[in-house]
Amino acid sequence: MQNNEVFKNPLSLQLDPKLFEPATTQEKAQQVIMRDSVSFGRDALRRLLKNKIAVICMAVILLIALIAFLVPEFYPYSYTKQDVTAKNLLPFQYSQKEMAKIEKGEKLFPHIMGTDSLGRDYAIRVIYGTRISLLVGIVAAVIVVVIGIIYGSISGYFGGRVDMIMMRIVDIIYALPDVLIVILLSVVIKDVVSQSKNDLIVRLGAGMVSIFLVFGLLYWVSMARQVRGQILSIKEQEFVLYSQAIGASPARIIRKHMIPNCISVIIITAAMQIPSAIFTESFLSFLGLGVSIPMPSLGSLASEARSGLVSFPHLLVFPALSIFLIVLSFNLLGNGLRDAFDPKLRS
Amino acid sequence: MNLKFAMYICKRLGMAILTIFLVIAITFFTMHAIPASPFSSEKAKSDKTIAALEKKYGFDKPVPEQFVNYLWNIVHLDFGLSTGWVGNTVAELISGGFYYSAQIGFMAALIAIVMGVVLGAIAALKRGKWPDKVIQVVTTALVSMPSFVMATLILLLFVLQFKWFPSRATDPGGLILPTISLSLYPMAYITRLERSSMLDVLGQDYIRTARAKGLANSKVIFKHALRNALTPVITYAGPMMAYILTGSMVVENIFSVPGLGRLFVNSMLRTDYMMIMGVTIFLGIMIILMNFLSDILYKIMDPRIDLT
Repeated sequence: MQNNEVFKNPLSLQLDPKLFEPATTQEKAQQVIMRDSVSFGRDALRRLLKNKIAVICMAVILLIALIAFLVPEFYPYSYTKQDVTAKNLLPFQYSQKEMAKIEKGEKLFPHIMGTDSLGRDYAIRVIYGTRISLLVGIVAAVIVVVIGIIYGSISGYFGGRVDMIMMRIVDIIYALPDVLIVILLSVVIKDVVSQSKNDLIVRLGAGMVSIFLVFGLLYWVSMARQVRGQILSIKEQEFVLYSQAIGASPARIIRKHMIPNCISVIIITAAMQIPSAIFTESFLSFLGLGVSIPMPSLGSLASEARSGLVSFPHLLVFPALSIFLIVLSFNLLGNGLRDAFDPKLRS
Repeated sequence: MNLKFAMYICKRLGMAILTIFLVIAITFFTMHAIPASPFSSEKAKSDKTIAALEKKYGFDKPVPEQFVNYLWNIVHLDFGLSTGWVGNTVAELISGGFYYSAQIGFMAALIAIVMGVVLGAIAALKRGKWPDKVIQVVTTALVSMPSFVMATLILLLFVLQFKWFPSRATDPGGLILPTISLSLYPMAYITRLERSSMLDVLGQDYIRTARAKGLANSKVIFKHALRNALTPVITYAGPMMAYILTGSMVVENIFSVPGLGRLFVNSMLRTDYMMIMGVTIFLGIMIILMNFLSDILYKIMDPRIDLT
């Protein structure tokens, strides 16, 4: 191999080795077909960010959340303050008393959405209602995720008889008519709340307490089913066997190896639960079982708006629009997440 | 197939009966967890009157005995006496309200299924073209709108503004708008379901085979594609029933229909516990039976599914 010179036999049909040139580094780089290794999460995020609708929805949700949680801090009107001289104002209208003040040179913040029949500024009430809706959605998602993951992963990991008993319980809970039980519980809890001295429970109201309770009792079953299904397939893989071989405890294996692998299913299922939680809360508030007065909720605002529907349709339109925007954004974001996390679409 | 199928039906039926029992038990025991007696809220009653009333309605017995009695009575379709509408039995009130709710609910379900399947199939066949886009946008908007918003807007537009429909539900034509507002959400849901399942079916090999044989396009669609794309819609029957029954509480209130949903809301206002229990159990049984039927129908429609 000392002599690298290769000579071509003039009669040979072989190509002359001298015609070959060494490749430049640039040309070599072209041959590299491997791309940077991209983690599953980052890959999904990249695909999600490419989805314009999902990005817009995220922006809308963030904007609504910012408004709902920040604006009440510096808004000049409060959601309980009644002004009998400023009843049923249209958007951007001032009452006579306020007009007089303005003429004197005072600066007043306009009623962006008018006022309601008790003279309360409507914009701040809609903002508080939106805050309640978002809070219900987020807390419900957290409850569902925590209980669903724990239940589903235990059932899937241990399998056998444990799995069978745990899944029969899930089947039974799944068959219960959930909305009826929410209503039933809020009827009962309303009675308990009216006698309760616990400040937090009174402020939350019967509907909120019963929704959280029912989410804790019933709504986690679909999450538990999904997580269990994922865990069952992950359990068979070699890295789990390896962890077991080096003596990792089941809790550690579930926490460190299995749950990170079902994160996509968890995120999608949680995102799908949020709109249904928001719907349920507004439905209960509409029936008068939700938050306790004077705290507004989008459902109770819409319910109150019915009495003066012909003259003041804006009292219905604003809360309706708010809940529509929230639920629409969460629905579309959920679709986007499903597309982004679907391994079949991974390129 | 037949023995296996019979076994499957028995298993499902057992499960349904167990769930009905659980619903009754949950309803009964949560209502009995209320600290106050159902009569204590009414004013100007002496302890003696309350005791007499409790005796009349059987509330003085121990709770387990009451439960067994209650269960036994339900088997005989006796839901007890109403305390909010004195002189009426719960069963009478329920059947009175059910007369309206059943009409609205049945028609709403029918509209939702027929329109949903048709629109979903159109969207799938015209995938990516304008009919598909319009249907997708409209249905996405509809499933994001709560029933009370939809119903109130419809009331505002067609009854209060244009006065096209009577404002009293008992007048002729008065049930049309409640029916439509109740059907919109399930219709949109079924449309989306049908669209995706139709797209799935249209991509299958047997559709290509049918086309390759030279089968007419209408035959491919109606005989092969549509029939197979229907199965996911059947699984939605149970949830749809639940939506329609609970949605009727809102819709009947808005349109003042004297149906079951309005009755339920009124009995909550009057704290009529026997009524609340009765209606909850009645609606629960309806939902569970619908789930049972859709399960069975699903297996009949799609014999490929494993009966386990």
